[in-house]
Amino acid sequence: MTTEPMTSPSEPITPSVTDAAPARPLWQVILIRPVMMTVVLLILEPIVASIFWPQSIDLQYILSTFTLTAPLALMALVLTLVIISGEIDLSPASSMALTACVFAAVLQAGLPFPLAVVVCIGLGFVLGLFNAFLVVYLRLPSLIATIGTLTFYRGLAQVLAGDASIKFPEWYQGLNLVTVLGIPVPDLIVTLAAILLALLLSATIFGRQIYQTGTNEIAAQHAGIRTRLIKTALFVTLGVVSALAGMMFTSQLGTVRYDLGLGGELQMVLMAMLGGTYIFGGRGSILGTFLAAWLLSIMTNAMNTASWLPATQFCLLGVLLIVSIIITNFIYSRTQR
Amino acid sequence: MNALKTILLRREMGILVVIILFCLAVGIVKPRFLALDNFRTMLMLVPLIMIVAMGQMLVIIARHVDLSVGSTLGFAAMMTALMFKTAPDIPWYLGFLVAIGIGAVLGFMNGLTVIVFRLPAIIVTLGTLYLYRGLTFIASGAKQIDRQFIPGPLKAMSANAPNFWFPWILIIALAVVLITYWFANHSRLGRQIYAIGSNPVAAPLRGIPVTAVTLTVFSISGALAGLAGIMYASRWGFVNPSNTGWGFEFQVIAAVVIGGVSINGGVGSVLGVVLGVLLLGCVSSALPLLGIPGTVQSAIYGLVIIVALVIDQSVRERGIQALTTARGART
Repeated sequence: MTTEPMTSPSEPITPSVTDAAPARPLWQVILIRPVMMTVVLLILEPIVASIFWPQSIDLQYILSTFTLTAPLALMALVLTLVIISGEIDLSPASSMALTACVFAAVLQAGLPFPLAVVVCIGLGFVLGLFNAFLVVYLRLPSLIATIGTLTFYRGLAQVLAGDASIKFPEWYQGLNLVTVLGIPVPDLIVTLAAILLALLLSATIFGRQIYQTGTNEIAAQHAGIRTRLIKTALFVTLGVVSALAGMMFTSQLGTVRYDLGLGGELQMVLMAMLGGTYIFGGRGSILGTFLAAWLLSIMTNAMNTASWLPATQFCLLGVLLIVSIIITNFIYSRTQR
Repeated sequence: MNALKTILLRREMGILVVIILFCLAVGIVKPRFLALDNFRTMLMLVPLIMIVAMGQMLVIIARHVDLSVGSTLGFAAMMTALMFKTAPDIPWYLGFLVAIGIGAVLGFMNGLTVIVFRLPAIIVTLGTLYLYRGLTFIASGAKQIDRQFIPGPLKAMSANAPNFWFPWILIIALAVVLITYWFANHSRLGRQIYAIGSNPVAAPLRGIPVTAVTLTVFSISGALAGLAGIMYASRWGFVNPSNTGWGFEFQVIAAVVIGGVSINGGVGSVLGVVLGVLLLGCVSSALPLLGIPGTVQSAIYGLVIIVALVIDQSVRERGIQALTTARGART
């Protein structure tokens, strides 16, 4: 915006003004961004749902059903960082299944609880490190490499657990029934994680370096940013978080089978995309993914209340994924650059 | 001597050696593996993967990927089976047209989304993987189409009774392979696919209609998945909304990357993919003989994808290295 007094519209403009593109009005900067798509949907969805299926819109119900989305949401939050850094990881749902199966197996074998937790998280660390090894060290394209590990990790879980489900001891079950101030613990964990990650991403040097890595990796390297270290750290974090998510999820379900979170990669990528994360890296926000997770949870509720088939819901999620990337790309191409 | 050397140094030789070594190793432990009977069993396992892998190969050479082939297969199979169920009087061979047509349309939609919105194919087809699967459920009302609704002549095509010794579905697969070989190596469109994959920036500058070629590639992949769909109905005699083609994309991608098709586009041969499919077929027919439970299979597919990717990467880097040193020697 220029501060020069405007005399008449016909007056020739000074060259310095023509050189720079006119700044966009403030309301556009604030309102036209991909996160707003999520916000609008998040407002619209309950209204639509409350008209057709009033029983699905109840705060307590929404809070308690979000616990089922919580593990995927937790992973999606970290996945957002990975996507911002210019890579992608499709394997966390599978590593969640594998770590959870191992966790259940070692608990059943009589290992003390703290040690079992260490084993589970350690395994998550290794799985994440393996992804990082393939993508960062061997420089494989992350989309395909993590499709390989997606199949491999779930396959290992199937080898380990067979087709049977492993039960957890009574005392371990029911994390979702524990509430603090009326809010189930898994919801709190996700919220807390979102706040921490949002702070990390926006208020620390490391966070800004993630954005720079994703925007232009070579330029970032010339600027002295250790991009490979950053990516490795993100993949490993995602591995560890998938182990934590597995522990959270199994406490809610009470049992685990190799197909825990099957197809979860679609929902996680969908959360990130719906939250306005740019698929080619460099842009996105934790807030967006967090809101998108709630949106998906509420939508699933409404569809379940309306007794839609799970397959029909998958159908809708697939369409939503494609539409949300299209809109996000469109907004980014219009407003920035 | 030189000719022999070029043959021996081809990428495909490596896979062939692995296949032979694998078969010998299993054959020594379980002699029954090398019997003619088992060979037939193995050959019956591969046609479906073979056909879909041909399409996937073209897509990957063009530097895209199609994750939705399994769901496309399922949807095409379901629609064809539904047609047979509602109108039993329809000549059975029309089923082929319907399945291939439906597959082509679904593939075309993938390509259109990728091209028009410039999105990564992997994300688009991850979306359509679930979309098409969901549509299969909706169309079928989540019910399986049972044996009695699949026309007899169709089922007979994959009956063990030999037709020139081979069942028909094997002959169809062989025909698809030969046509793809001709298409990829001797047709203008086929060479253009390689050009796009090798250098997507240079291809349009050379006057290659990238949009049209990419759309064709995705349509071919879909059409072949559709063909595999009706052959699934022929082979197993039923179509199930959740089983048919589920997880198929991983087997197909595994076969294609084992076959030496580079995920970075522009590199890959029909012969390599055929050998890759055969290797997978050998492995999956050896597992039950060796008493290894079927649950291991998916882990093996995953491992195989990773290993093949790593090999591909090291070969590529060595190739680049060789190129740079050769250039250095000349100047």
